Amino acid sequence: MTSLETDIAHLLAGSMVLVSFLLLYQDRRFALLNIFALHAWVLALSVAWQAFLQHAPHLFITALIALAFKGVFIPVALHRIVVRLGIHRSIDSVVSVGPTMLFGMALVALSIVVMLPVTEAAGAFVREDLAFALSIVLLGLLMMVTRRNAVSQVIGFMSLENGLVLAATGARGMPLVVEISVAFSVLIAFIVIGIFLFRIRERFDSVDVQALDMSRGESS
Amino acid sequence: MTHGWQTQLAQLVLVLVLAPLLSGVTRRIKSRLLRRRGPSVLQPYRDLLKLIRKEAVVADNASWLFRVVPYVIFATTWLAAALVPTFAAGLAFSAAADVIVIVALLGTARFFLALAGLDVGTSFGGIGSSREMMFASLAEPAMLMVVFTVALFAGSTQLSSISAHMTGPGVGLNISIALALVALIIVAIAENARIPVDNPATHLELTMVHEAMILEYSGRHLAVIEAAASLKLLLYVSLIACIFTPWGTTVAGGSVAAYAVGLAAYLLKLGAFGFALVVFETAIAKMRVFRVPEFLSVALMLGLLGAILLFISRVPN
Repeated sequence: MTSLETDIAHLLAGSMVLVSFLLLYQDRRFALLNIFALHAWVLALSVAWQAFLQHAPHLFITALIALAFKGVFIPVALHRIVVRLGIHRSIDSVVSVGPTMLFGMALVALSIVVMLPVTEAAGAFVREDLAFALSIVLLGLLMMVTRRNAVSQVIGFMSLENGLVLAATGARGMPLVVEISVAFSVLIAFIVIGIFLFRIRERFDSVDVQALDMSRGESS
Repeated sequence: MTHGWQTQLAQLVLVLVLAPLLSGVTRRIKSRLLRRRGPSVLQPYRDLLKLIRKEAVVADNASWLFRVVPYVIFATTWLAAALVPTFAAGLAFSAAADVIVIVALLGTARFFLALAGLDVGTSFGGIGSSREMMFASLAEPAMLMVVFTVALFAGSTQLSSISAHMTGPGVGLNISIALALVALIIVAIAENARIPVDNPATHLELTMVHEAMILEYSGRHLAVIEAAASLKLLLYVSLIACIFTPWGTTVAGGSVAAYAVGLAAYLLKLGAFGFALVVFETAIAKMRVFRVPEFLSVALMLGLLGAILLFISRVPN
């Protein structure tokens, strides 16, 4: 593996972390959806590059799945949901942008500190990929925590799953069956969440999950 | 050794002569993009000459500080601009002054400018100074993070060593360097009061920052401050060119032809960066003042992220 090839793999994985930060930063809904699509596109590129480097043709299928489902299908579907729910106003996050960003940086640092010593035995390349993937997962979790709106939380969840796929490609030899089943479970999760969103809206007239805090499960 | 001194002197003169031209060219291109004719590219020189010949009006309650500050700002900015290797490496001062010195010199200039804004006691000056300090509290750490990232990558804080490292083999594509570049561009835009942060072409807006601080200056004081502002723009462009596009820069002790090539490459880079800056400025709208800290915290975050990712990508293989 030449140094330029490694550099490009780094560049793509690092860009995914950067796009995760963009997701955290962005507070307008349609822009958020576009950035989420970008996240999936970068993931697909990264996975495809790994497939090329590792000579693993099945990873190309993974890349294709990521591109088709998360890069095109889910953003378009979410876009339509947002339009149908009629929520084009800005996202209200619990914590403001600055502290969230700093917290995100701390999470990235944490994942590096955790990952690098633990995976001492693995090859240098896998370690780095795992560190990137863990920070994307943590950033996805952070996004789910800091956002109140259910749609943004769904995007946080999906970006978290992108991190998992990145981790899986770094660790060589994940079977294609697992890959496909993960992709489909995400798709099913998406459908369930989509139905759930409409149910929340029906019940509370909003998709702000703070409204759920007041609910005690009694039908009104 | 004499070579270093000659280069250094040439550089001192060169930055002073070129700085107003860069401002003039950017203004001219901007006018053309807005389908105006725009003033000649030499207009900044004419403005400076006119201002120098005019009488300096000083407010009654201004202290000695008010009179001294323009010269302090000009001297520190000029020195800082002369420390960046523009067309040739191997400057005489480069052994003593690294990037951190440049940041410190710019910080000194900013400190005195903010003091001068407060000195006369007008409300505009106060607003300008407080805003400048608010932005600076984010822009300076961001700048330092960029410096740390680049210095860790190149193994030196000397600008000439950094650009030598960047032209050398084994650099390739590096995500940290890309992040540092974006962060430095954001800092440069904010520090030079360019459009998303501050509008350099207006004196009549409540959101102005740089112009608010120098509102009380006139005559030769204003001329000196304007010259310092254009030097600062030149400095940032040269800094970006020196770190991220170091191709064509003459190495120390080159032939005359090599120096000519270095100079031509530098002028080309200045033109290209100036053009890119103007296109960016024309395409974007000015931000609300209270969004600027968010904009700058992005730069800080990118610098920090670059420094952190450097530790991943430089794991001993």
